[in-house]
Amino acid sequence: MSRDYSNVISKIDAVAEKIYDDFKNSEIPSLKLPTRTKSNIRFDDKLEVWKYGKSTTERDAKSLAGAYMLLRTMYMADFIKEMIKINKSSTLREMYYISEGWNLAKFHSQQESNLLAEDLEVITSCMREDFKLRPEEDGARVIGNVTIEEMTRNNTKKKIHCQDDVGDAGYSIPYNVETEKITFKGIDADLIIAIETGGMFDRLVENGFDTSHRAILVHLKGQPARSTRRFIKRLNGASNLPVLVFTDCDPWSYRIFASVAYGAIKTAHISEYLATPASQYLGVTPSDIENYDLPTDTLTTEDINALKAELTDPRFQDSFWKGEIKLQLKMGKKSEQQALAKYGLDYVTDTYLPEKLVEMGITKK
Amino acid sequence: MEGYILTQIVAIELAKKQKEISVAEFFERNKHILGFGNQTRALITSVKEGVDNSLDACEEANILPDIYVEIKNHEDGECKVIVEDNGPGIVKNQIPHVFGRLLYGSRFHSIRQSRGQQGIGISAVVLYGQLTTGKHAKIISKIAEDRPAVVTELVIDTNKNRAEVIGGDTVHWEKPSGTRVEVSIIADYKRGKRFVYEYLQSTSIVNPHAKITYKELDGTEYIFERTSDIPPRKSVEIKPHPYGVELGTLIKLAKETKARQLNSFLKTEFSSMGDRTTNAAIEMAGLEKTLNPKNMTRDQFLTLHKAFKNIKIMAPSTDCLSPIGETLVKRSLKNETKEISPEFIFTASRPPSVYTGNPFQVEVGLVYGGNLPKEDSVKILRFANRVPLLYQQGGCIITSAISSIDWRRYGLNQPSGKGIPTGPAILFTHVSSTLIPFTSESKEAIADIPEIENEIKLAFRECARKVQHHINKKVKREKTREKFDLITRILPEIAKKSAHMLNKPVPSLDPIITKIMDIVWIEDLIEYEKVNRTPVQTTLTDKPSAEQKGGIITKSKIMIVNYKRSPQKFNLYAVIPQDAVVGEVNPKPSKITNNYIKWNLDAISSANKVDIIFELAGLEKGDFDENDLYVENINPTYVIGADKWEGD
Repeated sequence: MSRDYSNVISKIDAVAEKIYDDFKNSEIPSLKLPTRTKSNIRFDDKLEVWKYGKSTTERDAKSLAGAYMLLRTMYMADFIKEMIKINKSSTLREMYYISEGWNLAKFHSQQESNLLAEDLEVITSCMREDFKLRPEEDGARVIGNVTIEEMTRNNTKKKIHCQDDVGDAGYSIPYNVETEKITFKGIDADLIIAIETGGMFDRLVENGFDTSHRAILVHLKGQPARSTRRFIKRLNGASNLPVLVFTDCDPWSYRIFASVAYGAIKTAHISEYLATPASQYLGVTPSDIENYDLPTDTLTTEDINALKAELTDPRFQDSFWKGEIKLQLKMGKKSEQQALAKYGLDYVTDTYLPEKLVEMGITKK
Repeated sequence: MEGYILTQIVAIELAKKQKEISVAEFFERNKHILGFGNQTRALITSVKEGVDNSLDACEEANILPDIYVEIKNHEDGECKVIVEDNGPGIVKNQIPHVFGRLLYGSRFHSIRQSRGQQGIGISAVVLYGQLTTGKHAKIISKIAEDRPAVVTELVIDTNKNRAEVIGGDTVHWEKPSGTRVEVSIIADYKRGKRFVYEYLQSTSIVNPHAKITYKELDGTEYIFERTSDIPPRKSVEIKPHPYGVELGTLIKLAKETKARQLNSFLKTEFSSMGDRTTNAAIEMAGLEKTLNPKNMTRDQFLTLHKAFKNIKIMAPSTDCLSPIGETLVKRSLKNETKEISPEFIFTASRPPSVYTGNPFQVEVGLVYGGNLPKEDSVKILRFANRVPLLYQQGGCIITSAISSIDWRRYGLNQPSGKGIPTGPAILFTHVSSTLIPFTSESKEAIADIPEIENEIKLAFRECARKVQHHINKKVKREKTREKFDLITRILPEIAKKSAHMLNKPVPSLDPIITKIMDIVWIEDLIEYEKVNRTPVQTTLTDKPSAEQKGGIITKSKIMIVNYKRSPQKFNLYAVIPQDAVVGEVNPKPSKITNNYIKWNLDAISSANKVDIIFELAGLEKGDFDENDLYVENINPTYVIGADKWEGD
């Protein structure tokens, strides 16, 4: 698995050079990066995903916060260079702990170090993988009629059929899903369903939905990890099958869908790697709550604020989302995927999903 | 005819019933307004009247009060209240009058600032004790070092409003002079003791020259220390001002005057009446100058009284007032809030003002932070003529003035910007006046007088401005401290790390430091030093040389660093308290006045530092804990630690 990292190193060095030259030129050291907020994402027509716009943020050493950021960036860059040199990689969490020894540059939470790693990606236009940084294994799962060839840790290729070669828990998606790690060898299905909760994933597996409806089921496990999103993107690219996102009915679930279909705000610099523009939202929609008379909970203040924020989020500006979000604010209710069990354990696979798939024009009745 | 006889009979019958109401009955009917409405208040009122008397007596004699309060013998709801002072004492034959007659007092008719005004005070306590316990009051008094102390036991004959002396004796007393009063009363000690403590603590705040010792029933002793060795300025008696005089008083004065003509009557019996004003008043009233005031008719008095209101008369002289003074208010508040360890204390003092001919003056203070409860309403401390007002907070002008100020800007909570704010603060207000317009006889609340309300508001606004100034300064300093942190710790690290990554020498930081700071930094440090020498007086001031031998020297060090890229030349002002005497100053100032010291500084080049020191005497430790610094001839936004000088 040797790879040429010289390009990465020169990009990292360029950051150090910028700072060094600022000192040399009697300028206040600073770094410029795209503003990473919802107000600065634009739809890229060519890539069909949401990317950062033109507005930039300057982090400079005039303020304490800015100076800390620059110092930490230097430490992180140096650490990455060191890892490349000795041919090691580390998890984000490990890096957070390693920063304990960085004196003033020490992080106070992993959130801080994760964010800075993303900043460094944005500044250098590298990916986390280039930095030899990886997330924790998050164990999102896949079941369906697809054969994956995985390069194992022993450097041998192993074919895995995601129904016959796996247990009921399914195939576990590794953190690296690039071609050097996995390739798709034969896909025989009609659709891909990405499911938010483990409970619903297991329900569909137990009810045999993957065989009865020729579906590849992917468990998102809440807000999906980069590898899960990248996996869906590659699966969609390899098969051209429709991707349907099936979540709870609340504002946080809509963000899960947006990160799969449009690209997340935090990772908009690599949306074209992670987002699958062909994804469609299956449900549960606020309309479903009314149409299927689902059990509900009242929206909390946070829910309401999140919904209102989505009304100004450029990714939710089409008539479908505007209508559904406004409807939900009017109802003041939310619901869960598993609320469908109100009508029995088979209702979701026998009635709800088939009806929705017809309604969306994916299958014909 | 028949009807006429009938009415005559009724009148005779009524006359039989119309007997004199005895003082006892009067007291019984009015005890709520006199402060004996319930058993808790009776305890506090008794202590209060005793302490007020003692403070007044000491002030008259120019003695620093040392007052001892004790509550004893609590059984069946009965307490013995003991108040003892080191005042001038009372001559033997005056004792029955002072303690045994209601409405007897030397202060009733004089116009000057004093604690009691009606003379109802201590005798009311004696009467209350007598009515509730049947016991005599005991008074010990000594008027001179070489005289024995006189012990008098007395009761009040409620029909005659006279004291009846039960027994007298002389004893040996250690004190050079003083008075001790012992009265047994029915009172609620359990509920009252906390209020007594608070009352004495509050009294101590507004009487920094007094030492008060309080011994509770269980023997616990609290001492409220003296924080000033200077007795308050003696208030001067003044004549009534025409704006404030009532018609009845005017007539009475005219009957009693020695003047034979109206113009000399006005000039001698009233304040602020010069020739011009007197003539104007007489002319306005359409009267003759030569009119004998004793022969004036009611109508003539009425037109004269009206004329007063329609002419311009100078405000009365205000030296009849004896305010506490800003420095002493601050020192007192500091001393009494030590356990709270407040973040800051600010005070403000208004110049004397006048309402309907009565001079008054407002002093306020604000104690903030420390252990004060954050969720409760602020504590309002109200005082009138150095007496704490403990009841009827809601009906007092001080409370409404405070409620009408928007405190939200000053770090306190106040929904809708009205009402009593909440937050960790104590708001202190002292109103001194020749005539405090109380809402009722119990003297617990000041009436709704617009002039007084306005002065209180102005005083608190001034105080609040100081608070805001302090907060802004703190925030600005915090920010700049961060920059120091940045320059001394983080920036060198960034430089080192970037050099390390590129295998290059560490770049120089110097040019960037002034670029990042880009300010003039002024920092001050205050130290106190106990000395035995007389402070050196600089020749620049016209103040007399300091007379103190020794005491506390307040030493201020001011450090100025120019972190701008160009040299800076400007003037610096340090505001000093009025009662301070300036000692050594270095470098040489260009001006010293009562209020400030001014330096015309030489240009300070970039990245250079200048130190200034100055000494103040005549202050106590802690009186002056933050320098008020101002700058001139420089853009004030460049400067951290001083504000723009707005002129004298």
